[in-house]
Amino acid sequence: MRITLFAPCFIDALYPGIAMKAVKIFENLGHQVNVPEELACCGQPAFNTGHWDEARAVASKVIESLWDAEAVVLPSGSCTAMIRKFYPELFAESPLSEKACRLAEHTWEFSDFLVSHLKVTDLGAVFNATVTFHDGCHGLRELGIYQQPRELMSHVKGLTLVEMEAIQCCGFGGTFSAKFPEISTTMGDSKINMALETGAEYIVSNDSSCLMHIRGLADKQHRHIKTIHLIEILASNE
Amino acid sequence: MNNLAKKFHQDAAHMAENVALRNVIATGLGKYAEGRDKKIADFQDWQKARETASQIKRESLNNLPQNIQQLTEKLTSRGTHIHFAATGSDVCRIVLNILRQKKAKLMIKSKSMTSEEVHLNKALEKEGFKVVESDLGEFIVQLRQEPPYHIVFPAMHLTRYQISDLFHDKLNSQPTENPETLTMIARQNLRSQYIQADVGFTGANFAVADTGMISVTENEGNSRLCGSLPKTMITLIGIEKVIPRLEDLPLFLPMLATVGAAQNLTAYNTLYSGPKRPEEPDGPEEYHVILLDNGRSRLQKDPVYREVLKCMRCGSCLNVCPIYKSVGGHTYNATYSGPIGSVLMPKLFGMAAYKHLSFACSLCCACRDACPVKIDLSHLLLKNRETLSSQFAPKYEKLAFKGMSALFNHPLFWSLGKKLAWIGQKLHPLIEGSAIDPAQCWTATRKAPKLVWHSFKDLWKKYKS
Repeated sequence: MRITLFAPCFIDALYPGIAMKAVKIFENLGHQVNVPEELACCGQPAFNTGHWDEARAVASKVIESLWDAEAVVLPSGSCTAMIRKFYPELFAESPLSEKACRLAEHTWEFSDFLVSHLKVTDLGAVFNATVTFHDGCHGLRELGIYQQPRELMSHVKGLTLVEMEAIQCCGFGGTFSAKFPEISTTMGDSKINMALETGAEYIVSNDSSCLMHIRGLADKQHRHIKTIHLIEILASNE
Repeated sequence: MNNLAKKFHQDAAHMAENVALRNVIATGLGKYAEGRDKKIADFQDWQKARETASQIKRESLNNLPQNIQQLTEKLTSRGTHIHFAATGSDVCRIVLNILRQKKAKLMIKSKSMTSEEVHLNKALEKEGFKVVESDLGEFIVQLRQEPPYHIVFPAMHLTRYQISDLFHDKLNSQPTENPETLTMIARQNLRSQYIQADVGFTGANFAVADTGMISVTENEGNSRLCGSLPKTMITLIGIEKVIPRLEDLPLFLPMLATVGAAQNLTAYNTLYSGPKRPEEPDGPEEYHVILLDNGRSRLQKDPVYREVLKCMRCGSCLNVCPIYKSVGGHTYNATYSGPIGSVLMPKLFGMAAYKHLSFACSLCCACRDACPVKIDLSHLLLKNRETLSSQFAPKYEKLAFKGMSALFNHPLFWSLGKKLAWIGQKLHPLIEGSAIDPAQCWTATRKAPKLVWHSFKDLWKKYKS
């Protein structure tokens, strides 16, 4: 099938390798990948900060570009939630309403797309490490993605998954992390503590924004935990 | 930034340092979560129970005026005095009038967040009346002269050692590490006050419209004593707490106990229908019910925010909120803390004063999933943000988001922007984390992520060709 891979702004500018690996995974499965080069962002930063008009300005371009795509896949739970859950609301009673709803119906988070839509769980990956998984909140609670990444990891050879004591936000929250750094940092600390308690070498997530927050905090405080996106593990054959 | 917001930031920063206190909160809430999940498992279908409860609350709010009328007619027919209070100061005036009429000196209270909302104790004490809190947690925080830390667990921030020291200081008791002994000390102190009290005061969890009854649920029996020993009893209840039918309680009471206190049912569940009848040996001779509006009917008329009136003050959104766990209850500086408080406080007491609370949220949505009556709290916070950003956002923030929209919408700008940012970041280490760093709000506690020269778009173009 023809898959439109929408790599959101921070993946484009900070973690291009993750998106390239997603391209390879889909191509190896025999699919054709297309990247909308004219799009940069889903509009979530403005939306979550309450600037809905500015969010609409960005989102309307995404809708016009992608509404008739076969399947749109994002390597990020929160950007997917933005399109799937909030575009229909943001454009309710507007001329773009129908297209926004159409787009929402065929937009997927990466792990959810593989497991729920393509029914693929084993990518033949090898990754020799003990890892713990961080559920990005939007993927988990807006999209109900919990089992899908675990299913994919269960087929990775050499990988052992140890769960953290509780599911909890990493403290990123977009502009929240800049508006309330004292709270955001405390939450991140608590997340890193929980991950370290598992004895895992890596924190894996399907959301790069969470990993960016955890990484930034761990580096500043010299805490020894590695971070890696799920896609990098699935593309690994070490 | 207003003073409330400044204090919020300061107190949150203090809490970030106070690992010991955060551990007390985490331990308490950890035990609660374990217990709550076990009790939820006792429900045949918890999600369906939530849906039903939400629908009943919604139905009840849609017919609020009729339900209130039915409730008050029934209560009045059995001799209860009904008072409508439009504001908090009306509540204080009504209670003061009753106390004066009864020539009362002492009023004994059971737990009531609504009375906290209207600052009742302060108003009564100012007029020379003695008010004693009889709920153990409230008794403790009253001795410390501080507001409750949590909607349901007022003294959850204190260890038994701190409580022992407090009792030693204020009540001259012997220091003890035993929680049961501490409870006995409080009980001994309170028993005589129930007998001396002229007026007993309770909050309420539900008001049942069809039978005209006030439902109070509690674990210590103190509320029952407040309602049976003094000759006059007063109940304060927000108008949104009315439920249509008595037959709704078998759902709501176990639900509230489950999420509120990790119990199947609280120890004491009482229904008050009026003052003592001639043939009854116990109960108050006079019963007053005060129905408080304080902004609620305004919310009831708002189709979006009406949802928030479904709240039964179980505290379960606080218990799962990572912000609450990080900053603690007092940092909110608000009667209602946690997610429900962040939605409710600005809507009831002014958007401008409490606007910071709507942004102090990572939108993790744990509160929404924990709410037994399915209030979409995180989304209501987003709605608050929309209103606030159009009214109060600083000019530079509006400009920044307009600039970002332009950047994202023009591939050339975006491409150039990334390259310029990459160059800028080469110089960044010179100032990273310092006061002149424009990204200081991030870099003071976190390393900045490294931008790449070849973005995904660049790599993709190359790969494709």
